[in-house]
Amino acid sequence: MSESVSVRVNGRLVTVRAGATVAVAVLASGATCRASVTGQPRSPLCGMGTCFECRVAINGEPQRRSCQVLCEANMEIEANG
Amino acid sequence: MNKPAEVVIVGAGIVGAACALELSSEGLRVLVIDEGFPSAGTTGAAMGHIVVMDDSEAQFAITRYSQILWDDMRDQFPTSVEFDPCGTLWVAADEEEMREVRRKFSYYRERGVNVEILDSQQVRDAEPRLRAPLAGGLSVPGDSVVYPPCAAEFLLQKARALGARVIQGQPVTAIGKGAARLADGTVFAAGFIINAAGQSAPKLSPGINIKPRKGHLVITDRYPNFLHHQVVELGYLKSAHTLTADSVAFNVQPRKTGQILIGSSRQYGAENSAVEESILSRMLQRAFEYMPDLNFLSAIRVWTGYRPATPDKLPLIGPSPQDPSVLVAAGHEGLGITTSLATAKLICAQILGQRPAIPIQPYLPSRQMAAEAHV
Amino acid sequence: MDSVRHLRFDVAVVGAGPAGIAAALAAADSGRTVGLIDDNPVAGGQIWRAAYNSARPSASSIWFDRLNKSAVQIVRGARVFHAAQGELAAESDDSAIQISYGKLILATGARELFLPFPGWTLPNVMGAGGLQALVKSGLDISGKRIVIAGTGPLLLAVAAYVRKCGAKVIGICEQTSRSRMARFGLKMMLVAGKAAEALRLAYDLRGIPHWTDCWPVAAFGNRRVETVRISRRGQTSEIECDYLACGFHLIPNVELPRMCGCRLREDFVQVDKYQQTAVPGIFCAGEPTGIGGLELALVEGEIAGYAATNWEDRAKHLFAKRARYQKAVRILQDAFPLRPELKNLARPDTLICRCEDVPHERLREYNSWRAAKLHARCGMGPCQGRVCAPAAEFLFGWQIDSVRPPLFPVRCSSLAAIPAQSAPRN
Repeated sequence: MSESVSVRVNGRLVTVRAGATVAVAVLASGATCRASVTGQPRSPLCGMGTCFECRVAINGEPQRRSCQVLCEANMEIEANG
Repeated sequence: MNKPAEVVIVGAGIVGAACALELSSEGLRVLVIDEGFPSAGTTGAAMGHIVVMDDSEAQFAITRYSQILWDDMRDQFPTSVEFDPCGTLWVAADEEEMREVRRKFSYYRERGVNVEILDSQQVRDAEPRLRAPLAGGLSVPGDSVVYPPCAAEFLLQKARALGARVIQGQPVTAIGKGAARLADGTVFAAGFIINAAGQSAPKLSPGINIKPRKGHLVITDRYPNFLHHQVVELGYLKSAHTLTADSVAFNVQPRKTGQILIGSSRQYGAENSAVEESILSRMLQRAFEYMPDLNFLSAIRVWTGYRPATPDKLPLIGPSPQDPSVLVAAGHEGLGITTSLATAKLICAQILGQRPAIPIQPYLPSRQMAAEAHV
Repeated sequence: MDSVRHLRFDVAVVGAGPAGIAAALAAADSGRTVGLIDDNPVAGGQIWRAAYNSARPSASSIWFDRLNKSAVQIVRGARVFHAAQGELAAESDDSAIQISYGKLILATGARELFLPFPGWTLPNVMGAGGLQALVKSGLDISGKRIVIAGTGPLLLAVAAYVRKCGAKVIGICEQTSRSRMARFGLKMMLVAGKAAEALRLAYDLRGIPHWTDCWPVAAFGNRRVETVRISRRGQTSEIECDYLACGFHLIPNVELPRMCGCRLREDFVQVDKYQQTAVPGIFCAGEPTGIGGLELALVEGEIAGYAATNWEDRAKHLFAKRARYQKAVRILQDAFPLRPELKNLARPDTLICRCEDVPHERLREYNSWRAAKLHARCGMGPCQGRVCAPAAEFLFGWQIDSVRPPLFPVRCSSLAAIPAQSAPRN
């Protein structure tokens, strides 16, 4: 099994260690996960799937909690923070 | 020291709030008393549609009158009211339902309501998420949607600004003979008492026939641009008509937040307000038949509410035959939000002895209570 | 509609943290079928979250070895959203899951209490456990400046961990008083027998400033936190940082137990000596029965697992051990009460509900959680009030309302898949 995995965050290639979550990939890319309903940038708060601040679109599917999804090769992530 | 109220309104839901505003606007001193907090009852669970309906002339008259009143106010609403003039799309699954579309078209056209018949392609153009093929539909652009608790709050705030008082957390145990009595024994005297107590209305005015019809609703996370109109299946009318069986009908609504509200269900004799999985499942599956993409939306909350229903599906608006100082304003079934403003106008006209804008006869409580004269 | 997977277990365990793992293994000893259901992609919960960049802590690796060798079926990435008689409904990424069970053990753990203050919604302001979870999930913090604030021993554990991962911990801000902190340390060493642990922790934290009577009053930054202002003994000062990790206590995840009809006492699930709840056949172990840490969770889990498989003798053997670890619960409760100043951190425009961006001043208009929710929309977002309701309870003293399905947001198709024949519990 390879040591790292590459995904795309807002089109940019990001490489993280194998087993890292999508939330980590978003943070590593310098992006923030989502924009709040009044447009504030937001990133993970709880890290465990209860705060919903880490929501991003993964492979076209919106509203995914990125802190509970493992990165897979070639994932397309849209983080609109 | 406050002067005593001239009108006491029991219930601070959408109907009570509308009455408070209308009467305060006419210079009357109003006191609103709610057993909990405003909109804690049916108003808090409601879908918030503002629709014209053609079940009967009387139903059309009051929904149309009220819809115009809502439109007249629209520029005043703060964003919290979420007023959305999205219009309604009635969808027909087959030729039989298309005949109903054509009948409704003629009916509304004759009465000056802006409507358009859509064919199969036009319906899908209007709402791309609808499954194909549908036979067609009827577009009613003048219909709208609001967020009921904030709409009621807005009306109540305006009433307060005109001098109305609101008491929360105080159940009223009895009304009549120009007075309303609280559980703690306090008595408020007033020339008129308006029974806008929703589900509790029969308790305060024995003899009125209002039965709760439970409904389920689901609200999703935000999906902007998923849905553009309120969409209702014509079978909704069959559902609203049945008096005894549990039924579901496809009805979805876009909220200004981008969330989708999914309904609807109607049940008689439901014992409690718990969510019932079997009805919920049926309701959702019916919705999936019309709009398969709903399958994939994230559902954040499910709740239930009780529509206060009368046997002839018309509200009770007018004096209690037992006591002319009591005016009933209740029993609006699924049209409470829609007809709240007109209800307030009709109540006000009766109090001031003015001619109501539409004939009041069909809504008089005496039609029910006369039948129960020997109770 | 999605496909629906149907699973059946003699014993279903919800939550694969230490309590759940211990319960599942104990139950499996009996030879009955055991399912361990967890919403994360990998078992471990919070405290045993797999740290990809290092071996698991040795304490847990023994348990994981046993788990992997056992007959327990681990159902990963499955979020339970509904419970009815003998059945759970859960959802995974690709299907709805119906789980029938004979006995149920709830080990749903706890989450952090977040207290609002100006700037708390800035990116890189996280929970203390939240930061730890993200680092374990791969976040690289080497060289990053971190301020850790809030209350309780979790702050110390997080500080030690992130330091090991290469971060620069600028300071730990503990809101409790110095004397309470000292008493806590002493009691843990003498009464709860944690002397060795305490000394190791002190060593791991050497050189890191630990400030008591200290709390964050505001976070500042453009698009992410850059500075945090702290109050300490009446003085404020500002610290530049890359992350602010801020957590005030743990809140038990009692939503599923409540939906199952379990009774609560003082916000925790009430259980008897066999960890059985008020509902026969439903057991509860770990944080939902009382915040007490790892060892207590393990032994409670074991007791529940044996009790659920009618092996009362084995369960009884663990009572004394549990009693020892329960001392830690009481010591913890006494040491870190939240001070009243924390109620005044939020400004009128400070957001309380993050899902719907509802500020403090909007909530102040109402007298109850239900009224505030209906009118101001707080708690109506996807977190279903998990973040804002406990904050509102602390700030306004409001009682939070009852649980309705779904326990978590789920696809409409999963909601529709709940079997028609199950009757609701309450």
